[in-house]
Amino acid sequence: RQELLKWNGWGYNDSKFIFNKKGQAEFTGKRYRLGGMILPTFKEWIEKTFGASLEHKTTSRASLNVNDVPPSIVSEEFLQDLRATKISHSQDAEDRVFRAHGHCLHEIFVLREGMFKRVPDIVVWPVCHEDVVKIVELACKHNLCIIPFGGGTSVSSALECPEEEKRTIVSLDTSQMNRVLWIDEKNLTACVEAGIVGQDLEKQLAESGFCTGHEPDSMEFSSLGGWVATRASGMKKNIYGNIEDLVIHIKMVTPRGIVEKNCQVPRMSTGPDIHHFIMGSEGTLGVITEVTIKIRPIPEYQKYGSVVFPNFERGVACLREVAKQRCAPASIRLVDNAQFQFGHALKPQVASIFTSFLDGLKKFYITKFKGFDPNMLCVATLLFEGDREKVLQHEKQVYDIATKFGGLAAGEDNGQRGYMLTFVIAYLRDLGLDYYVIGESFETSVPWDRVLDLCRNVKERIVRECKEKGVQFAPLSTCRVTQTYDAGACVYFYFAFNYRGISDPIHVYEQIERAAREEILANGGSLSHHHGVGKLRKRWMKESISDVGLGMLRSVKEYVDPNNIFGNKNLL
Amino acid sequence: TVAKQTTEWLETVSHSLFVCSQQKDLTSKKRDEFEDILEERRLSSDLRYAMKCYTPVIYKGLSPCKPNAIKSAVLQSEQVQYVIKQLAKEMGESPDIIQEEAVEILDEMGHSMQLGAVRFFAFTLSKIFKRLFRRVCVNEEGMQRLQHAIQEHPVVLLPSHRSYVDFLMLSYLLYTYDLALPVIAAGIFLGMKIVGELLRRAGAFFMRRSFGGNRLYWAVFAEYVKTMIRSGYAPIEFFLEGTRSRTAKTLTPKFGLLSIVMEPFFKREVFDTYLVPISISYEKILEESLYAYELLGVPKPKESTSGLLKARRILSDNFGTIHIYVGQPVSLRTLASGRINRCPYNLVPRHLPQKPSEDIQEFVTDVAYKMELLQIENMVLRPWVLVAAVLLQNLPAMEFELLIEKTLWLKGLTQTFGGFIEWPDNLCAKKAVVSGLALHSNIACLVDGHVVLHDKGVEDGAIGEVVFKRALAVLTCATYRNQLLNVFVRPSLVAMALQMTRSFRKEEVYSCFSFLRGVFSDEFIFFPGISLKDFEEGCFLLTKCDAIQTSQQEIYPTDKGSVIISFLSAMFRPFLEGYQLIFRYLSKETKEAFTEKQFIPGVRNFVFHLLEKGNTQCYEALSSDMQKNALAALVHLGAVKKKKTSNGFTYNVNQEAVNKILDMFDARIPVQKPVAARL
Repeated sequence: RQELLKWNGWGYNDSKFIFNKKGQAEFTGKRYRLGGMILPTFKEWIEKTFGASLEHKTTSRASLNVNDVPPSIVSEEFLQDLRATKISHSQDAEDRVFRAHGHCLHEIFVLREGMFKRVPDIVVWPVCHEDVVKIVELACKHNLCIIPFGGGTSVSSALECPEEEKRTIVSLDTSQMNRVLWIDEKNLTACVEAGIVGQDLEKQLAESGFCTGHEPDSMEFSSLGGWVATRASGMKKNIYGNIEDLVIHIKMVTPRGIVEKNCQVPRMSTGPDIHHFIMGSEGTLGVITEVTIKIRPIPEYQKYGSVVFPNFERGVACLREVAKQRCAPASIRLVDNAQFQFGHALKPQVASIFTSFLDGLKKFYITKFKGFDPNMLCVATLLFEGDREKVLQHEKQVYDIATKFGGLAAGEDNGQRGYMLTFVIAYLRDLGLDYYVIGESFETSVPWDRVLDLCRNVKERIVRECKEKGVQFAPLSTCRVTQTYDAGACVYFYFAFNYRGISDPIHVYEQIERAAREEILANGGSLSHHHGVGKLRKRWMKESISDVGLGMLRSVKEYVDPNNIFGNKNLL
Repeated sequence: TVAKQTTEWLETVSHSLFVCSQQKDLTSKKRDEFEDILEERRLSSDLRYAMKCYTPVIYKGLSPCKPNAIKSAVLQSEQVQYVIKQLAKEMGESPDIIQEEAVEILDEMGHSMQLGAVRFFAFTLSKIFKRLFRRVCVNEEGMQRLQHAIQEHPVVLLPSHRSYVDFLMLSYLLYTYDLALPVIAAGIFLGMKIVGELLRRAGAFFMRRSFGGNRLYWAVFAEYVKTMIRSGYAPIEFFLEGTRSRTAKTLTPKFGLLSIVMEPFFKREVFDTYLVPISISYEKILEESLYAYELLGVPKPKESTSGLLKARRILSDNFGTIHIYVGQPVSLRTLASGRINRCPYNLVPRHLPQKPSEDIQEFVTDVAYKMELLQIENMVLRPWVLVAAVLLQNLPAMEFELLIEKTLWLKGLTQTFGGFIEWPDNLCAKKAVVSGLALHSNIACLVDGHVVLHDKGVEDGAIGEVVFKRALAVLTCATYRNQLLNVFVRPSLVAMALQMTRSFRKEEVYSCFSFLRGVFSDEFIFFPGISLKDFEEGCFLLTKCDAIQTSQQEIYPTDKGSVIISFLSAMFRPFLEGYQLIFRYLSKETKEAFTEKQFIPGVRNFVFHLLEKGNTQCYEALSSDMQKNALAALVHLGAVKKKKTSNGFTYNVNQEAVNKILDMFDARIPVQKPVAARL
């Protein structure tokens, strides 16, 4: 798998944005619907939005310079013990660097232009629960530090090795624990090894006609164990629930031993749920090895949809109403105007004059006939799932509500493209990096009544901070409401700017990101909805959960892992 | 470049924020240039001006709406509906009845800006102002900054308040510069039907003077103001001082309205809010003689339309020049950064009425004082202000030449202390004094080479009448000297402390300074809690004018400094003596609980008799303003207990404590540390 993926960027080697010889933007590869297509307006959008120019290019190192990588320091005694277990392992520099980072901007930047101060000393690939038990025992025996590694898609600096860690760091890669152990059709559960990657899990379940329905945007790369360890959320949580709703049983190996429950039941009243110590523990307590997860029959029918609103306020009001009536489709997302325009820029070249004529007609209808201001309007994308009949009924209900808030149905195609973009958007950062544009996304959850204020203030704060920090071009600062709940919503921000003329862009970037987080907290938003805390957001933990709350978590850590074998320093 | 420098300078100030700004180098101040806006009015048609194309710049986030839409938004708001439901439950009445009441309140209060009325005002005010004033000078750069600010964030205008002209003038000014007319929170004019309605249409909205107990009124009013802020509908304007200062001395701030306009930011309903301090200084205040009567307890005529019509006769008078200095807009977000714990509003729905945390109350207080200090800083001082200050120390008469000499000397001193003196056209001192005398002929006049207070009819008439007339003259004159006081107060209190302690030990001088600062904290504007900084600033200014030398431990007056020291303490002596008289009255005359309504006539009679008998010369102790401040000071110092009862407040004197404070004044006992510490 390592061979398929980029070593210094997001996703598959063969999939990326490039500017072809004609200077037009193009997305390569065949993996995505956008693959091989020309995006005629994209270049102009980039130039207009960021003031970036194709002439000003930076280039990443072509490959990893092995000599820069900190040497692997592993004691001979441990190596002997490890060899005796027959668990495969490697001290190769590329293997170790590959597991020394997640996908935060600064991590990618380091890969392109520098080197991490600390990387794992050795990588091990257990293939089953028992292997993990052996490795943890060895780690305790030799006093080593273990950092569990799943899909490597962390965006919270959770995978970075603490610089000051003197012990041997063992990267425990769970990718070889990727079997579906059993499927229980009577109870609709499946027991799966934690290293399995989202899309493989769905593929394997599909063979028996089932799915989990858990689809985080990173599902092509992220692992089941990672979802549990970070309290992940999936796009279709309205039907299937978030990870905490999906999990029936967890098995975790800790320095104290194995933690699990005695039965696999929908709910139990036996004190605080120990699952909730594990979910969100971010690799600080142990290694999650096996998870029993709820499964559902694959839905018979899927339908995308989209609605255009005259402005963001109306859109949010509509989403709120949908949540209130508890009729949210599998997914409902609302993107603001900037993101709508961005999506527009990623429209591929149309195949025929007829389609382009139709597009023009649609645009005319919305802007001229309905009087929507193209610089104000925003779009909600929808995904319905289930029985064909119920989907159609459901669809009507949602569109009726949308109409009340001034929404206009804008077609299936726009909806589908919207969801495809969320997979592709992650590839964009690598293109930006080539042209002095850096960016990142971050998220929060917020009560309904504060959604609009929070979105406006955070976007404004970003713009202001950029100006203050000497960023020469106005940044892209955009958001979408990406999940709805009874009591609030999850909001996702994208933020990017052109850093030409700034000597230390990463530092400036981090200051701005921090200011944005402060703004979120001041507006009544949470520290994180699903990305987790890692090391990136640790500083705000105390204020988020109070001194006592933090103490509660610490005491669990102290009991489970007194010698800090799981020493990635996340969370606490 | 001047503007740029000012901006830079003001930025440094607002960065070093509260405490540090007290320690600035006062001479490096660069201020904007003034432009006379009446000049153009005298040259071109007023009618054309009133009918000009008026397309004011507006807040970028404004969604256009009509005043009526705002009213119904207020009425339907969760905040108001919540209070209505609460009241209905408590009083056992139907919510509809209370809703009706809310509608009435809104109608009484609400503004309804109409362009026609605005144009009418533009026309008439042009006519009136041209007749009343020689010039109306404005710092144009300030107007440009304001224009920017209005587009960026909701704006709150915070002018000083010396006259009814203030808000008419400010609206006129904004119209002239094509800016959105402010919505004004004015606690007045409810009695004036026609003018009131006109003002309402020009954007004023009305607030009852007192509605402390009325929760519905408070809810409707607060929501109205906040809706204005949130929507960025128009700049909000109100007076921090709460009412017109009758003494021309800045009044201590009121916090209610300020905390309302700040709340949308605290709750993050807006990204930021700009507070704009505006200093309006009059060469001669329209209401000056009225004020003197009021201070002496002669009831003032109620504001009524007919009263205003009678006021027409003042149209024939000349009131000189007005200076309006629009200060740098201060970002509330910048002020609050690092000061406010961000969470207090996160755990309660934002529409529920919530008592502000102590943190926030303290912050609001600090901001209020900061804004008033910024107002004071940019108040223009005319030569006559200096003349009045000199004259009051040399009653009953002063030789003309000496007056000129002293005035010139005081000009230098004022500039050293950072006062903003506007000396017209580099006039020579003599001409400046003469022109001042001409404009203020009702106050003083030149008789046989001597300048005397104008108190005609003093010679004949009963003794009581003589005292009254004299008091009128002194108080009127004092309103001009008073304009200097807040610039002079820090060095002067150091000077007084030096004289009172008769010691050179810094520590002792400081405790005395601190005591005086505490006593006078309602009389002058001090930023809360920075006694030591104020002391250091006072010392610094005195050192700067060579009046004192300081070492680590000691403070010495220099040889040539004695003139300055005694002038400064003489300047504030009326307050020292006045407070002593009032304290003495309280320590002897009253035994039982009393109300403010009983206290004022009591103390007035007491002082009046002393003046009649010639036992004191402190006419200013007759001022009800000073009397109220002195009472408030004793409440602060714990020597008087203030209790809330069903009909207002009552006071109880602790004789012993008052006597102790009196002793400290008389320097019979040294100011003790515990007392100083308690201050």
